[in-house]
Amino acid sequence: MITLEINGSAREFAVSPDMPLLWLLRDLARLTGTKFGCGIGLCGACTVHANGEPIRACITPVSAVAGRKLTTIEAVGGTPTGQAVQQAWLELGVVQCGYCQSGQIMSAAALLARNPQPADADIDAAMAGNLCRCGTYDRIRAAIKRAAVRAGSR
Amino acid sequence: MSEQTPSTPPRTAATVSRRRFLQASAAAGGGLLIGVALRGREHVAMAATRAEAGFSPNAFIRIDRAGDVTLIMHKVEMGQGTYTAMPMLIAEELEVDLDKVRLEHAPANDDLYAEPLFGVQETGGSTSVRGNFDLLREAGASARAMLVAAAANGWDVDPTTCHATHGEVVHAASGRRARYGDLVDAAARLPIPDDVVLKQPAQFRLIGTPVARLDGPEKVNGSATFGIDVRPPGLVFAAVCACPVFGGTLGSLDDRRAQAIPGVRQVVRLADAVAVIGEHTWAAQQGLAALDLRWQEGPNARLTTADIFAALTAASTRSGVTARNDGDATGILARSNRKLEAVYEQPFLAHAPMEPVNCTVHVRSDGCDVWVGTQVPTFARTAVANATGLPAERVRIHNHLLGGGFGRRLEIDFIARAAAIAAQVPAPVQVLWSREEDVRQDMYRPAYVDRIAAALDEHDRPAAWSHRIAGSSVVARVGRDLMPKTFKVLRAAGLSGLVSMIRGVDIDAVDGATDLPYDIPNLRVEWVREEPPGIPTAFWRGVGPTRNAFVVESFIDELAAAARQDPVDYRRALLASAPRARAVLDTAARASGWGTPVPRGRGRGVALLRGFGGTHIAQVAEVEVGTDGAVRVQRVVCAVDCGLVINPDLVKAQMEGGIVFGISAVLYGEITLKNGRVEQGNFSDYPILRIDQSPRIEVHLVPSTAPPGGVGEPGTSVIMPAVTNAIFAATGKRIRRLPVKDQLRPV
Repeated sequence: MITLEINGSAREFAVSPDMPLLWLLRDLARLTGTKFGCGIGLCGACTVHANGEPIRACITPVSAVAGRKLTTIEAVGGTPTGQAVQQAWLELGVVQCGYCQSGQIMSAAALLARNPQPADADIDAAMAGNLCRCGTYDRIRAAIKRAAVRAGSR
Repeated sequence: MSEQTPSTPPRTAATVSRRRFLQASAAAGGGLLIGVALRGREHVAMAATRAEAGFSPNAFIRIDRAGDVTLIMHKVEMGQGTYTAMPMLIAEELEVDLDKVRLEHAPANDDLYAEPLFGVQETGGSTSVRGNFDLLREAGASARAMLVAAAANGWDVDPTTCHATHGEVVHAASGRRARYGDLVDAAARLPIPDDVVLKQPAQFRLIGTPVARLDGPEKVNGSATFGIDVRPPGLVFAAVCACPVFGGTLGSLDDRRAQAIPGVRQVVRLADAVAVIGEHTWAAQQGLAALDLRWQEGPNARLTTADIFAALTAASTRSGVTARNDGDATGILARSNRKLEAVYEQPFLAHAPMEPVNCTVHVRSDGCDVWVGTQVPTFARTAVANATGLPAERVRIHNHLLGGGFGRRLEIDFIARAAAIAAQVPAPVQVLWSREEDVRQDMYRPAYVDRIAAALDEHDRPAAWSHRIAGSSVVARVGRDLMPKTFKVLRAAGLSGLVSMIRGVDIDAVDGATDLPYDIPNLRVEWVREEPPGIPTAFWRGVGPTRNAFVVESFIDELAAAARQDPVDYRRALLASAPRARAVLDTAARASGWGTPVPRGRGRGVALLRGFGGTHIAQVAEVEVGTDGAVRVQRVVCAVDCGLVINPDLVKAQMEGGIVFGISAVLYGEITLKNGRVEQGNFSDYPILRIDQSPRIEVHLVPSTAPPGGVGEPGTSVIMPAVTNAIFAATGKRIRRLPVKDQLRPV
């Protein structure tokens, strides 16, 4: 039995400690906003926060996050940077198919939480692990800057 | 799929639309009215409020007594913005506010929801707006007219003195107002009007405005439901592996280790694949990895990509079926002493949508439910019926948002396989392919070899042009699936498309090669069909025009270089009879600073296309080639005239996305085979562009009053030659074989 704190609630799961967090979230906790894209940490679709840091849930065993506060896309709107990023995403019409966008938003929110005024190079470095097949990158850059301005003006 | 009737005048399209719409109305207005509403209501994602006597004037609109408006989406949303554009077309005439409508995925039904341009229920080929522009506006206008008539009857006034606005009917003279919800019972008893008058463009309040995407909010908070996200009660999870050699079958299988893994429920054997069923995906994946598997690899066990290209190259030296023959290109080329020739090669490409293909199926003795994101719901239903032995009317397709389509979800192979697995599982089962399976068991954009030649006149312009295209015919395979629907498809294909198909021309494979915007008096295009053994081929974003744009626009650039002329000027001189093409070329050149100096190692390249139902597009790419040969696309300027624009922001987004999609392919995209097996498997060896490699993109919309053209694919088509032409400008090296990859690395 393993206890995880997911989006503010402690929950118990009877799983093997090496189970990747992604499948616990999607198949057992039924939090399907976190996506499967590659299974080997190359695409970022499964990005969630552990104590505010972005991690790839598909290659993170659940044993590695026991005792850490997990936040998924379903709850990131409750954080100041998450809310600012989601708002900027809507204002600039970032999403297309939308499948990668949970991961994009989680990476962007974590970036702004540690670097409120990221330069282009900071954005590239923080977001290069998040693939988007629809090609929304130019708008992602612009939306992160928009969110930075909004979060900074609070 | 591509535009099949490029010469169809808009009037014809409107007539076809009207006929279809009236068919739908007649069906829905009679005994099927409730049937349509009920069938829509079965969708798992909709959770509709049940209107006991709602108003369903046609297959696209339902209004209940509370005034809630539900629009039924017969096109699927895969990122292209159709779940915003289609509602805009309906709401423009229905006079409802977009922030108050609910959207519902249409059920599988060719009678109600066939694409007018193809004759089957299908989303693809950049057809949604151009094929349904009249149909959906008429659907909205017809419903509005009935609501207005219902109100006018109740007030005993002339309907022409009333108007509809924001979900209400208003009689201005008396100040009376009635909400749509209060009119539905009366409206439902009225006849469907025979004819409706549509707004003139000057009256549009929604069309032409940058309405925010209706699917935006659910896609930023994680609540959007893709096919992979369905969780029906009792769901189990399957990991699957098919024979890695195409055409091979399952040999021996020892599953004892897999069965011992906690959470593994069952191992399912198919003729050419095996699946492990688990309580969660992790158990299923572990079980699959623990199988001791032997394959019977079959006749393709030694196949390599080099074999396939050798066959294609040989095919390109044979004469083929004539797709177009103006003047005497062959004779002029034979006599010319100013002749250029080139051979271009394009590789197999995988689709690699971010959502790996998946399908969830629950087979019971009395019927079957299928939860999936598909571009072809009625084909999906047929595939499941065939795989399970159930009658098609017992198969319910619950469509979903697509985590990328790009042509992959035009195919039903993964749906048929999921159904075959589910037929052996006593519970709903989600069959999810790993990324490696998604790449290695894709149906690929076919490899092509194109042989092209031109003879130049005294002004260095092409007097004669000969283009031979050799490769796999996707249309021929898909045509077999379409055969049961022959009449509708033939009607939709139009006369010229029909004649070409009967003569053996693949009308997609030559699309973009036969209808050049350039004035070339002697033009010959031939098609040689050469099927690669075993490898399934499929449509891929940009379809035929994308392959042909690379060849045509590269070769035009070669002619300009041979003539020592500027690539923009050279093209411009050939566009006397194509003013819209000239306008986008000029716009892209001006906005890009064409002709101004670039730093050493950089270059600009241009490309132009007319296609996808009258869309004209030009792009200028600026690339930097490092001393190590690495290519970085720094900036892309795109000018597009796609006729009347429904939503300018969505058009720009499609151009941006299409450009990035094309850059991944032109720089890196390549599927290769060794010993019959695909060598790539994940984003490590089938890379797609990352944000730090992605260019700055500017899109300029050239205003137009022409009928709407397609926008989902043209952006992908022109970027490939724009990039390789820019590489030529930067380095002097002409890229005739894709991808660019390490061709520029110093030796």
